[in-house]
Amino acid sequence: MKCPPFDYHAPRSQAEALALLARHGEEGKILAGGQSLVPTMAFRLSRPASLIDINRIAELDHCRAEGGRLRIGALTRHARFERPVAPGPTGALLARAAEHIAHAPIRTRGTFCGSLAHADPASEWCCIALALGAEMRVLREGGERLVPAADWFQSVFTTALAPDELLAEVSLPLLGPDWRCGFAEFNRRAGDFALAMAVTALRLDPAGHVAEARIALGGVAGTPILAETAAASLLGAPPTPERLRAAAALAAEGFEPTEDAQVPADYRRDLVRAMTRRALEGSLAA
Amino acid sequence: MNWTGRRLPRTEDPALLRGEGAFTADLAAGARAVRFLRSPYAAGRILSITAPDLPPGALLITGADLEGVGAIRPELFRFNYRAIAQPVLPRERVHFVGQPVAAVVAATPEEAEDIAETILLDIEPEDPVVTIDDALRPGTPTLHAEAPGNLVVDGTIRHPDCEAAFARADRIVELTLRSGRQNATPMEARAGLAAYDRATGRIRLTASCQMPHMLRTGIATLLGMAEADLQIVAPDVGGGFGQKMALFPEYPLLVWLARRHRGSFCWVEDRNENLIASAHSREQRHHLRAAFAADGTLLGLEADILANTGAFSCYPTTCGVEPLMALAEYPGPYRLPTYAARARALATNTCPAAPYRGVSRPVVTFGLERLMDRAAAALGIDPVALRRRNLVTEFPHVTPTGLTLDQASYVEALDRAVEAADIPAFRTRQQAARREGRYLGLGLAVFNERTGYGTPAFAARGMGIVPGYEVVDIAMTPAGEVEVRIGASPHGQGLRTALAQLAADRLGLDPSRIRVIHGDTDRTPYGWGSFASRGAVIAGGATQLAADKLAARLRRAAARLLQAEPESIALRDGAAWAGEASIPLTEIARRVHQRSEQLSDLDGFNLAETAQYDPGGTFSNACHVAEVEVDAETGHVRVLRFLVVEDAGRLLNPLIADGQVHGGVAQGIANALLEEVLYAPDGNPLTGSLADYLPPSAAEIPPIEIIHMETESPETLTGAKGLGEGGTIGAPAAIANAISDALAPFGVDITELPATPARIRALIRNAR
Amino acid sequence: MTKTPIRLTVNGVPHDIAVEPRRTLADALRDDCGLTGTHLGCEHGVCGACTVLLDGEVVRACLHFAIQADGRTIRTVEGLATPDGTLNPLQHAFWQHHGLQCGFCTPGFLMLATWLLEQEEPVDEARLRHVLSSNLCRCTGYQNILTAVRAAAQAIGKWTEAA
Repeated sequence: MKCPPFDYHAPRSQAEALALLARHGEEGKILAGGQSLVPTMAFRLSRPASLIDINRIAELDHCRAEGGRLRIGALTRHARFERPVAPGPTGALLARAAEHIAHAPIRTRGTFCGSLAHADPASEWCCIALALGAEMRVLREGGERLVPAADWFQSVFTTALAPDELLAEVSLPLLGPDWRCGFAEFNRRAGDFALAMAVTALRLDPAGHVAEARIALGGVAGTPILAETAAASLLGAPPTPERLRAAAALAAEGFEPTEDAQVPADYRRDLVRAMTRRALEGSLAA
Repeated sequence: MNWTGRRLPRTEDPALLRGEGAFTADLAAGARAVRFLRSPYAAGRILSITAPDLPPGALLITGADLEGVGAIRPELFRFNYRAIAQPVLPRERVHFVGQPVAAVVAATPEEAEDIAETILLDIEPEDPVVTIDDALRPGTPTLHAEAPGNLVVDGTIRHPDCEAAFARADRIVELTLRSGRQNATPMEARAGLAAYDRATGRIRLTASCQMPHMLRTGIATLLGMAEADLQIVAPDVGGGFGQKMALFPEYPLLVWLARRHRGSFCWVEDRNENLIASAHSREQRHHLRAAFAADGTLLGLEADILANTGAFSCYPTTCGVEPLMALAEYPGPYRLPTYAARARALATNTCPAAPYRGVSRPVVTFGLERLMDRAAAALGIDPVALRRRNLVTEFPHVTPTGLTLDQASYVEALDRAVEAADIPAFRTRQQAARREGRYLGLGLAVFNERTGYGTPAFAARGMGIVPGYEVVDIAMTPAGEVEVRIGASPHGQGLRTALAQLAADRLGLDPSRIRVIHGDTDRTPYGWGSFASRGAVIAGGATQLAADKLAARLRRAAARLLQAEPESIALRDGAAWAGEASIPLTEIARRVHQRSEQLSDLDGFNLAETAQYDPGGTFSNACHVAEVEVDAETGHVRVLRFLVVEDAGRLLNPLIADGQVHGGVAQGIANALLEEVLYAPDGNPLTGSLADYLPPSAAEIPPIEIIHMETESPETLTGAKGLGEGGTIGAPAAIANAISDALAPFGVDITELPATPARIRALIRNAR
Repeated sequence: MTKTPIRLTVNGVPHDIAVEPRRTLADALRDDCGLTGTHLGCEHGVCGACTVLLDGEVVRACLHFAIQADGRTIRTVEGLATPDGTLNPLQHAFWQHHGLQCGFCTPGFLMLATWLLEQEEPVDEARLRHVLSSNLCRCTGYQNILTAVRAAAQAIGKWTEAA
């Protein structure tokens, strides 16, 4: 189980990396943490001709609050989020999810942006990015664009990122104190990819009614998905246990689950119902 | 007697802790790398295997190159066994995904893998037989012409009075259970390094194996070479659990390469290969019917046992090992007046089955202990009382399958476990939890474990190769250290320490003066290896006998030197004592070897002895108690508590014994909840990585409490009974019973393992 | 394939080696530096047998290319004992508490636990299990590995009862 051969490049600057990407196109692949890429190469399911290692590019190594958003550079490791990176619900949600991402020796290497670029359907960061409305800052030689999360995820392991582009930064809104965020996931063994997860975010108005609601589901379809009907059902009323349960039931019915030998569709729906309710309840209990 | 029974830390450990262990792959420097091409089809006809131009130095070996090499074809002379032949590399047909069909040799593993990708395997796929139902279906394809209907073993035991027992029963309890397929998953996968020695023309195969002497015999036979020209070394071996007993095709091929090309060749199996193509186990379906009297007395049992044993028959234990073990051991620890059973092995286009820790008894215990709980419910009798009524209490006891149960503590262990588990307090917690919508359950499993059995037991199976005995050579060096050479081949069980403790007491020596040598056919007597919970009993017994013979020599020599009677000599603290007078053993050793004119008339010129031991076998026993919480919404099971009352007779080293129980229980919990090898209907394995096949982590295994009882066996020299497999045997049943108890409010119970969350949810959903 | 010269400083000793870019850190340590204490149990990042410390951070050496570690410092199991072979307190705890059987996963657990005990925060039962759930062991059922690390943490004052 040895990786296929490749050429290795270790640019020192963003510009150099983008030039390499432009040169190698489809044959090139960014290496950041490598924690998803290397196993797929070991199984020879992925065989890039060139790896462009961005780990030496200092300008990609940042994580800061700025203009009401949390800006996460391409070299920010999962482990960084284990303690809140910012005060308020966003930092707390990221910390809550971080401990579910694989294990400590993976979290020291794997990156937030790498997860977004890899787009595993069961990625915690992808699910949060969709739930919170992340924005991807994508660079290419001589160009830059911002892609909203809603347009980012296209299918399993496929995003809006073009072969010659680098996902340089992801930004998340820093939610205010009137938001309640919840997270729940189910896996069979500690640290494994989840069979289902739910990320929820509710904004409560001063009367305690739900003013805004976002529910994202991960690990249950080809991409993370929004449970919009379920979220909408919560609006304009207090989040009572009955309403949360009803919303969870709506979430469980409102999507086409992926099926496999270990997870039949109806079981996936059971998990979505349970995870959605637990995420919602957990967010309000806190 | 002061070393045996101590919790002595192991002499094996310091090197392993420093990273200085020597596992097979650690020794590969300088060897060329071998990569196997494996069949991508479950069934098919090989049309051609072609290579583009190979780089200089690279080799491609196919079945066509192996002219004169025999096929692996173990024999069993009973139970309608059909001997099927497994070629080292096939020329005509492939029989499972992962079967080796060719080998590539290159300078490095990376390069070998690159070249392997360029080889064109032209195989015409055929319809595969994958499941038990596939194999039984009329008109299904036949894997091997020698085995019509894919039936490779068909054994029957039928007592004539069984029907009558059912006719007079007050209650008949039935159960169909299914056990998923497992992979033993040692942390070190298989590996072999074959090296040609130009000076002698001999081959040394260093291999991660459990039975080095058997491997030598098997390979020499296949290759038609002198057994004396082959040395097998089992260096540090990273776990086996039965998987590394078998003679796999990869090993003779490595030896063939080393002979043919007069060089060193190394194959290190990767995890994907190990998961799909080493050996599987436990895929079984049992249908049970039990006859009970109204008072709970078990009157009779019928069992129909089906085992999916894969494409070939493992050498030397054969594909009969699973079904026939189940056939023989179904009575378990219970008094069973009459029994009727049939056990069949079915060939399918899947990875061959081989022994895995517990061999069938995890499934048998799952069956018996679920049956007891179902019967208790049906009869309205407390499950503990029902067990107590039927457990064997008088020994020796002969089972209806002809096994003799020696002194044991079945009822006593159950009582100890029930007391320690505090069932009334649990029921209170369970009721309180149910009121909150939480589902707790408690499950028991009582079982015995047949261990330390010698050749009579294996001969009774009708095996072509009959393992069982062990031989130990012991010698004192001229400087007074003791070397103990054993045919057994431990790989984590700590035999080096435990046997040194045994010998130390017999010789009055500190264990640090004793070296136990194993895992090298050049340096140890012919023996069988480490498997079947036999090390402490059989290698232990032989060690004790050999040490006693050496001690007798030392006493004779000491008597001469101290001018006393040999009977009056005591060996202790590294010296021989006659009353107050003493002489160090080092001095005796020096004199025997170097001043032989003084002593050689007694016993000759050395201090070497040999001893053999071949016991009939003994049964250890245990009671496991599991407490679980089932999440009814997700089907997830959390094990809250796991208690083991273990009776393995006299414990040579309780520290090691506890470790064996811990590891066994963890594998049993994994069997119950997590691990399952899955195949697609076309015979493609779906669990080829450790992200799909799920050995548990520290997060899934609860604290394991152990209470030891020590009912010494009258059948073994050391009084010890084996315990290597017990943890794995009892835990699945205890967990299944605990989940069933938790799910009682839904009116469902567990009949299939692993009890995955999806299966548990399906039960709950269908109940509602 | 062309090889690139790199320097790995392993347990304080510089190793100047030449590697193909695809060579993993684990393979380089084993085959190029001759340090075979770091084991490969799965080569796809699940089992943790290859765990080492890279500039003080715990990593899976099978998921890291050696060429990425050029110029960096690595600690492996071979660096734990003193040069005369005396076990360090963590190794000693594994020995006394029977925290190993076949010993194949042991180097990975030792390095994982080394990292855990060097972190600032104290270790309680939950954190111990959470961190150690990273690695797989097939022999011990984890009981005595947990006991050994607990004992080592207590010995250096890093242990705390559950918060």
